[in-house]
Amino acid sequence: MKKIFALLMLTVLLASLVPCVSAVESGWEIDYSDSVDWNKFRDQGVTLNVYNWGEYISVDDGEEGAFDVNAAFEELTGIDVVYSNFASNEELYAKLKMGGSQYDIIIPSDYMISRMINEGMLNKLNYDNIPNFAYTNPQFVNPDYDPTNEYSVPYLWGIVGIIYNTTLVDAEDDVHTWDILWNEKYANNILMFSNSRDTFGIALKRLGNSFNTTDEEAIRAAAQSLIEQKPIVQAYVMDEIFDKMIGGEAALAPYYAGDAITMMADNPDLAFAVPAGGTNVFVDAMCIPKTAKNQEAAELYINFMCETLVALKNAEYVGYATPHTEAFTYLDEETQTSVTYPDDEILAISEAYIALPDATTALLDGLWTDILSTGESSPWVTPVFIVVCLALTFAINAFKRQKKKKTNF
Amino acid sequence: MNKHAKLAAFPYLLWMAVFIIVPLALIVVFAFTTTVTVDADGNILTAEEITEVQDAFYEEYGEDADIAELGLSEKTVFTLQNILDVSKYMNTLLNSIWLALIATVICLVLAYPVAYFISRLHFTKQKMMLMLAMLPMWMNFLLRTYAWMTILERNGLLNRLFALVGLGPFEMINTQGAVVLGMVYNYLPFMILPLYSVMTKIDSRTIEAAQDLGANRLTVIGRVVLPLSVPGISSGITMVFVPAVSTFIISRMLGGGTNMLIGDLIDLQFLGNAYNPNLGAAMSLVLMVFILLCMSITNSIDNEETEVSML
Repeated sequence: MKKIFALLMLTVLLASLVPCVSAVESGWEIDYSDSVDWNKFRDQGVTLNVYNWGEYISVDDGEEGAFDVNAAFEELTGIDVVYSNFASNEELYAKLKMGGSQYDIIIPSDYMISRMINEGMLNKLNYDNIPNFAYTNPQFVNPDYDPTNEYSVPYLWGIVGIIYNTTLVDAEDDVHTWDILWNEKYANNILMFSNSRDTFGIALKRLGNSFNTTDEEAIRAAAQSLIEQKPIVQAYVMDEIFDKMIGGEAALAPYYAGDAITMMADNPDLAFAVPAGGTNVFVDAMCIPKTAKNQEAAELYINFMCETLVALKNAEYVGYATPHTEAFTYLDEETQTSVTYPDDEILAISEAYIALPDATTALLDGLWTDILSTGESSPWVTPVFIVVCLALTFAINAFKRQKKKKTNF
Repeated sequence: MNKHAKLAAFPYLLWMAVFIIVPLALIVVFAFTTTVTVDADGNILTAEEITEVQDAFYEEYGEDADIAELGLSEKTVFTLQNILDVSKYMNTLLNSIWLALIATVICLVLAYPVAYFISRLHFTKQKMMLMLAMLPMWMNFLLRTYAWMTILERNGLLNRLFALVGLGPFEMINTQGAVVLGMVYNYLPFMILPLYSVMTKIDSRTIEAAQDLGANRLTVIGRVVLPLSVPGISSGITMVFVPAVSTFIISRMLGGGTNMLIGDLIDLQFLGNAYNPNLGAAMSLVLMVFILLCMSITNSIDNEETEVSML
């Protein structure tokens, strides 16, 4: 999802080698639905600002069958797309909250969508402009994070599981449980998420709680278990996991199924297991923030993303599961039956994140910072520290002035 | 000062006011304020009270009611709590200071002889050597640090080399040593440059004069070169220590996120999961006050030494 560095390299490469990547060169037979007027905004100088995860849309990477979604959209509609990336839901949230940036389309995850809905940061969508929403798998319509489905159109989804290196993990050990991430046998061989929601989710689930619990005691117990786990954790990572797992640096790590497939393709020793105790199913969906300038054009973009061909290309490129029913049928059988598309049994015990009350979020954030930083001390340490620093600064300067006076005499 | 100079300096003064003074003021404001929710009568509500009144509201008017009618609003109030909260992370701050100090000392020890060596070379060679010292800076900061990951990893280049001679593997990445290494590698040029620019001004004849007067090599270094290069040392220390103490990406990449520095904590408050700009601003403020102290210490050494050398 967030291969910043791969992306960085790619951008540098592309920028230097291919001065102008033209739209749809690969000879795709384009057959878009005619349910909407694609040309409505042509020649009006309309620009759409799209804000998405890194490596989360099909681009022309020079491989056979490559398809550049944004270029195709520009060609079809005459609307300019300004595309930029974020690395975490929280970064997206901070950007929007701080103001000053204007996006027309954003693609956050479930719990962030419900938080944004609660805080009135999203516009309601006009589904008349998004007829392709009809293709959405009913399973993903009216989700918990958007119960009336007024604000979001699902883009891609997936589950979290444990990716592990078969050469480093004992065959006797049960990998289908979160407990293995606390197994001291794998000290310094375990990677964990470097975001609080996923990490706490795992700790909570392991102790038999819901991902969305607001029970303070349960959360504190989870934090305690994470502090206990910290000595055997090699690193808290997000993107770095690709290099580390592919290079055999670590034995076990929780991560997203779609990315696990990518890693397994590069290192055949890797395997993926879904914990029997239940896991997280996440959905990233397209939304229009309150700051959007051109709502209708943004809806046109969302509708375009739900075109069967586009959804298929995105799903193939990103490797995550698509909620688009038509696109799914065009995937090859191997993909359809892979861990990317877990069976109903797994889905039944999976749970999605929803937005937590402010008090719980604050508690989680505080505990997360505590877990990562070490130790505690009296609250008055800081004020005393500041005063001492300032006093010393003044003293030094005063002393210098005094001395200067003396030497002048 | 003539009028034209004043006029020419104006663009930067304006820049300074808008992009340095104002943000500094904003940090202070953020550090000493917090956003609270108040009800229609202006009473401050706690998180539990908010949930309570909201639930009560929905119960009374049904699920579809517009919550805005409840009359809750957000207000910014003065508080010391953020500063007090920073105390919890004092260990992290001290750890950052400690690591940055080590890195600064290593940089100084490495850079000093090199800078002296370069400054004594022939002019054209000096330019060449200086360019070589600056070479790593041409690469993006992130990529430079990223490359160290591949070198230090358990199956990385170094460990593979060690394995060839039957040693290792050593745990190098995800340690504090790796973080210090990252700092030294990234900030070394900032130490070499100021040292070099001061040393290149030391006239070779001064050194020769000292030698003529019977000073041996150690005395020349200790009594002539060192005092004359003190301004370079102090600005070098500032230029390495200040960015090193507030760095954030190095510890995440080379320290594995388990060795958090104060820069990571601040990053976490703004772009990370723990979205709390007020606490983040308070942390920055504490860091700034500390850096202020460091600068005045290095400045005072600077002044003292130049005075001594003038005498």
